[in-house]
Amino acid sequence: MTAEPVGPSSHFLSMSAAFSWIRPEPHGIHIVPANCWIDPSRAVDTALVTHGHADHARGGHGTTIATPETLAIMKLRYNTAEGAQPVHYGEVTKLPGGVQASYIPAGHVLGSAQILLEHAGERVIITGDYKRRPDPTCPPFEVTPCDIFITEATFGLPLFTHPPIEEEMAKLLARLNANPEACVLVGAYALGKAQRVIAELRRAGHTDPIYLHGAMEKMCRLYEEFGVDLGELRLVADHTKEEMRGSIIISPPSTLNDRWSRRLPDPITAMASGWMRVRQRARQRNVELPLIISDHADWNELTRTIEEVNPQESWITHGREEALLRWCQLHQRRARALSMVGYEDDEDD
Amino acid sequence: MQQFAALLDALVYTSSRNAKLALIADYLRQTPDPDRGWALAALTDGLDFKAVKASTIRNLMKERVDPVLWSLNRDFVGDTAETASLLWPNPVGETLPPPSVSETVDMLQAMNRTSVVTELPRLLDRLDVSGRYALIKLATGAMRIGISARLGKVAFAQSFGVSVDDVEEYWHGIAPPYSELFDWAAHGKAPPDTENMPLFRPFMLAHPLEDGTVDLADYVAEWKWDGIRVQLVHAGGETRLYSRSGDDITATFPEMAEALTIPAVLDGELLVQGQHQGGEAGGAASFNALQQRLGRKTVSKKMLSELPAFVRLYDALSLEGEDLRSLPWEQRRQRLESFLPRLPAPRFDLSQIVEARDFAHLAQIREGTRADAIEGLMLKRRDSPYVAGRKTGLWYKWKRDPLLIDCVLMYAQRGSGKRSSFYSDYTFGCWDGDPDQGAELLPVGKAYSGFTDEELKFLDKHVRQHTINRFGPVRETDKSLTFEVAFDSVHLSKRHKSGLAMRFPRIHRIRKNKPVHEADRIDTLRAMVRD
Ligand SMILES: [Zn+2]
Ligand SMILES: [Zn+2]
Repeated sequence: MTAEPVGPSSHFLSMSAAFSWIRPEPHGIHIVPANCWIDPSRAVDTALVTHGHADHARGGHGTTIATPETLAIMKLRYNTAEGAQPVHYGEVTKLPGGVQASYIPAGHVLGSAQILLEHAGERVIITGDYKRRPDPTCPPFEVTPCDIFITEATFGLPLFTHPPIEEEMAKLLARLNANPEACVLVGAYALGKAQRVIAELRRAGHTDPIYLHGAMEKMCRLYEEFGVDLGELRLVADHTKEEMRGSIIISPPSTLNDRWSRRLPDPITAMASGWMRVRQRARQRNVELPLIISDHADWNELTRTIEEVNPQESWITHGREEALLRWCQLHQRRARALSMVGYEDDEDD
Repeated sequence: MQQFAALLDALVYTSSRNAKLALIADYLRQTPDPDRGWALAALTDGLDFKAVKASTIRNLMKERVDPVLWSLNRDFVGDTAETASLLWPNPVGETLPPPSVSETVDMLQAMNRTSVVTELPRLLDRLDVSGRYALIKLATGAMRIGISARLGKVAFAQSFGVSVDDVEEYWHGIAPPYSELFDWAAHGKAPPDTENMPLFRPFMLAHPLEDGTVDLADYVAEWKWDGIRVQLVHAGGETRLYSRSGDDITATFPEMAEALTIPAVLDGELLVQGQHQGGEAGGAASFNALQQRLGRKTVSKKMLSELPAFVRLYDALSLEGEDLRSLPWEQRRQRLESFLPRLPAPRFDLSQIVEARDFAHLAQIREGTRADAIEGLMLKRRDSPYVAGRKTGLWYKWKRDPLLIDCVLMYAQRGSGKRSSFYSDYTFGCWDGDPDQGAELLPVGKAYSGFTDEELKFLDKHVRQHTINRFGPVRETDKSLTFEVAFDSVHLSKRHKSGLAMRFPRIHRIRKNKPVHEADRIDTLRAMVRD
């Protein structure tokens, strides 16, 4: 299935037609002259991967071109480094068919990149997932001019405005201090969100040991190997209830309401996610302390980025594309929504 | 307003009833008058501002946000107040500090349909997201955060260390912000003067008689009629008719209000005159006849003549200014019997005592009743005072088969086939202990049948208006509706969280007037297990 232009008029077709070398397919973006794929959802010969989240980085490709950090994350997840071809931020990689690829920081998670493709004088950027807020665990998003800007839209509704992370950290620490006999259990995505929350806690002056669910440990160690300082981390399994009183515990969101949390001292359930902006979303997960912390761009960042990059046309890959499309229409910007499969709704993010 | 907003947020993110009670009680202790009174009224849905409707909010938003974007956001969130609170544009330039709750209430009360368009935005501009959410919820009078009036009263009592029964007694007849109530409970002043007001008094209720028997030397038996339990009060020259939950239903039954002109508080069953149910003076019609008269704000002459109401009296709480509640039942009954001739005959009769030689004989009589409309028997201790609520050992209800239990609606799901557009599959629950002591509702079963088409429409509407949560096709309601579930038997089951499985549960009757905290407990259901 090819992507249909969704929008007010058909003259957009002619615009897209000029870029026939780049084709959005349901299972990835195809760079036709190079026969390479961006973030394909099934195994291909050559894949260019924006970042290590499971809906973008899958195993089994012949060659995987990604940043060294992303490759390390994939190695940790899939236990194989076959065909890994590292490329550093700013480095230019020549692909077959006269296509050049460069990786630019996306500010999403460790190793995350936007991919700039150049061919026949035309420039296309695929953002993967990105955010514009500072993040102590990865370099910031860089605005780069291009003709076609292929953007995510996970939080593509005006209601999503992420508050400053300092406010959310203050909320978390206030709750912790008010309940010295309990603990605060923070559900956070194991790749990126968990490490960012820890790093931000350190930045806010919280030097106590932070306890981890076992599933978090390896990824945190990997971040440390890449030079991200996370302070003293301990495993829940190695400690008693008494020792964990008054502590922060980080675990994957899926473990928040399960038996595992019984070993914790009176846990107050928190969750670090952009979805926490909506009360019912928090209630659905029985969250008592919603922390609005996201590694994705919020509505204002999505629209500001389109304005700053100022492409001739924006393609919207995954998320709530209707609203962003509507915004483009209201601001006389060309845009189309791509129907792609395999990108999850990032429920935990 | 920020503290009230913080309270609302905390309540939304708290699921345990005890924790909710503690949050409200803390707020009531720490907040000055009259803010706390207004807040309490808002929490218990006791406020109504004529000028502000849900459509007012939608219209304000559509002037500020692109209508397409508004709809996309509204659909995602599923709640107009919350969507509006999130999308309200931050004001440019200086704004006034956030208003207090009472300032907000004063301003809302002063608004009319025209001024609301300029005044409400000014208030919204002074608040942050949580504050705006609280303001819109308060202004539209639809909190729907699962706080019942009862919970509010329990929290109030807990907050100031006073008895819930006293709170119940004084609450009615006092308008928000309940200054007299706070003066009494928080500032140690004399309780409100209730003598000359036609106030609702909390009902005395019965425990189900499970397997036990009672000695008829100590207990008297009386039919339990299938109407609605009411309290008729005349005081200070006014008459009021109250339902079981304390709702004022005087306007629905004006003939009853006219019929009592002597100061009294009477407890009885409201029925419609007819053939089906026996009694001393004539008979009563079936429950269906009564149902046609319920829920009406005005009553036509035709209704009054075709379906005339009367009250079959059970008890007298007070007669001619004398409080009888501390007297034993036998003495109250005597007083009631000698009072009856002073009441207009077609509007009142007396619920008959059922005479039996012994308990076995009584059981026979109970089995032998033909009338559908008799729910069973009441067994009342001859020396029981009239006390609010359910006190063990004083009154029992002994219902007829099938097994019946009062449950609370918890979740609903759309049906299939011709019912696919209705929420027609209901999950209901019972309390796992004393709801006033922090018990929780536990799901005990699901029902898909037993209701009429009219009742289905009512239930569907109730679900839509009382949704507090969505899980895919399932909606969680605010647990504000009681219905009576009929079922064939109940068995122990490991597969269910309650440990019980009901066979063929169906909705027997919707009990709009029955407060949810009076629904049955799991123990009651467990006692019906015959395995
Ligand atoms: Zn991602
Ligand atoms: Zn993604």
